[in-house]
Amino acid sequence: MSVTAISEQARGAPEPSFGFWRRSYAMLVKEFIQLRRDRVSFAMIVMIPVMQLLLFGYAINTTPRHLPAAVLLQEDSDLGRSILKAMENTAYFRFTREVHDVAEFDDLLKSGKVLFGVEIPRGFERMVRRGDKPALLVAADATDPVAAGSALGTLGALVQTALAHDLHIGDPPEMPFEIRAHARYNPAASSRLNIVPGLVGTILTMTMLIFTALSVTREIERGTMESLLSMPIKPVEVMFGKIIPYVIVGFIQASLIVGIGVLLFGVPILGSVLLLAALTTLFITTNLSIGYTFSTIVQNQLQAMQLSMMFFLPSILLSGFMFPFAGMPVWAQYLGEGLPLTHYVRIVRAIMLKGATIQNLQYDTIALIALMLLAMTIAVTRFRRTLD
Amino acid sequence: MTPARTPPPDIAIDVEGLTKSFGGRKVVQDLSMQVRRGSIYGFLGPNGSGKTTTIRMLCGLLTPDSGEGTCLGYDIRRDADKIKRQVGYMTQRFSLYQDLSVRENLEFVARLYGLANAKGAAREMIKRIGLSGREEQLAGELSGGWKQRLALGACTLPNPQLLLLDEPTAGVDPKARRDFWNEIHALAAEGLTVLVSTHYMDEAERCHEIAYIAYGNLLAHGTVDEVIAKSALSTFTVTGDDLNTLSAELTGKPGVDMVAPFGTSLHVSGRDKAALEASVAPYRDSAKWKWQDSEPSLEDVFIDLMNRSKDNFQ
Repeated sequence: MSVTAISEQARGAPEPSFGFWRRSYAMLVKEFIQLRRDRVSFAMIVMIPVMQLLLFGYAINTTPRHLPAAVLLQEDSDLGRSILKAMENTAYFRFTREVHDVAEFDDLLKSGKVLFGVEIPRGFERMVRRGDKPALLVAADATDPVAAGSALGTLGALVQTALAHDLHIGDPPEMPFEIRAHARYNPAASSRLNIVPGLVGTILTMTMLIFTALSVTREIERGTMESLLSMPIKPVEVMFGKIIPYVIVGFIQASLIVGIGVLLFGVPILGSVLLLAALTTLFITTNLSIGYTFSTIVQNQLQAMQLSMMFFLPSILLSGFMFPFAGMPVWAQYLGEGLPLTHYVRIVRAIMLKGATIQNLQYDTIALIALMLLAMTIAVTRFRRTLD
Repeated sequence: MTPARTPPPDIAIDVEGLTKSFGGRKVVQDLSMQVRRGSIYGFLGPNGSGKTTTIRMLCGLLTPDSGEGTCLGYDIRRDADKIKRQVGYMTQRFSLYQDLSVRENLEFVARLYGLANAKGAAREMIKRIGLSGREEQLAGELSGGWKQRLALGACTLPNPQLLLLDEPTAGVDPKARRDFWNEIHALAAEGLTVLVSTHYMDEAERCHEIAYIAYGNLLAHGTVDEVIAKSALSTFTVTGDDLNTLSAELTGKPGVDMVAPFGTSLHVSGRDKAALEASVAPYRDSAKWKWQDSEPSLEDVFIDLMNRSKDNFQ
């Protein structure tokens, strides 16, 4: 008779299924306690879904309205003004700029500052009244076929409205002028041309963010931080040391994605490959800096992952990658401007599909640099140099 | 801010009134100490007594709530960067990179300190710490003793003037411990100052000077002999049969502050010699036991110090 047998009886244990539940229960209780202790993660469990649902529920709009448009007025006539007015009345167009020559017109489209350009040619009204059927030119940035498509679709009915209600020409038997819509950059309205360049940015955002988001917390969790801090190294040096290797990794990754996009999906690179490479590197570094900043803010690797996801989802949804940027409410657009992916999606589409140059992309380039420097500054000031 | 005191040049660590709290609990309280250059200074005390916190304050890893001082002549509050260049800190828990090899870890440290020939310095250190043949082994795969050697190698690599070793021999076998202490003495002979925290009494006796800290207070310091002499503790060593009975009977008697078994003998100690002698007198004539007037051991002194400070605190 052994002692173990007695003590087991005393514990009343031997039934296996009971043992299973008891052990599972022990594990469950432990997990709940740990979950409760990790306040930040606990807060994120509630905050993330609520915030994201409210954010995206209100922000996302797949039939975008009030899209920015530029107008080139070669003549100042009543007819011209009523056509523009009618276009704005459809709520699809919003004339934000007036240009004076065709080059300016092209530049605005290339840089993505407007999605449409309307040109009213010289002598337009006279030609209409004479029945010459002049052409009204509407150029659309069709890199995003969804954004451009529904707006262009309204143009036909527009003529009727403009003529009937504003010109009092009566009910013309046939169209008095022709609307020539030009779907630029992506005439076949292929969504692939739109998606693939955007995917370059989306994939890079996710991978780069995770690489660095875990870097500092990993040192803390493995205990190596104590050693590191006791050595003469400065926060900036830690940051550069942790970011630079991944710039190279990111660059290789970007080359792969772009290469496949060109070879397999037939996406062109109309602009400079060098410019694309340079700005992609900038974008990679910006994301790495943001990931690193997260790493200096959170307390453990779980929080780092959650924060990365919290950043990643708006990047996809609010950057113009998935839904037309111009279709979002203004507040959401401001949020979007704060995401590196927003600027990179514009850059990569502009260079690949529109052949844009650095002059067209000044604003987005500066925005990326600003975001990178902001992230780095926060990271360096947040980096705890002591164990206090 | 008061100007930094300029300590005499032969003093490596000179701190006064260091205090640190975590979450309202005072971990180190009004601690002052001086460590001479080139000496091995033992830092003793029970778990949670504030040893690690003190060491971290000395090398700039923690900022003291109050108090000030210098480490190698640099202000511990303002010159943490300068201190870090000249101090090697060996953490209690192995804190080198487990997924880097022995050589890679040492080269990393050498480069961080800007040594001219990082690879060469690492190679030499590998030889010195006897890890030749294991250069390419991952640090995480080393046994406890080897890890400890590697850690010591890493913190002596940049030729520091001061070593702060936080329980370096915890969990290491006796042979490795002895080798380790030989190495420490060799380093001290070269002029290095070593502050080492430990639980082991035999290690305390290997130090030039010791300090005893409990509940955040420095309770005693000096050479081992000084600490024992200052304790004013009287001790009898009793040998014989049935020591358990004797121990049980003596415990709690007036003047008997401590009864502790040491192998086949029993140490009976008290601060008040007269009271102690009065209490043990009835047992001294018994043929069962042999009584001997003896020196208290360092451990007796420390346990006594700890008991007394606990009384003060509770």
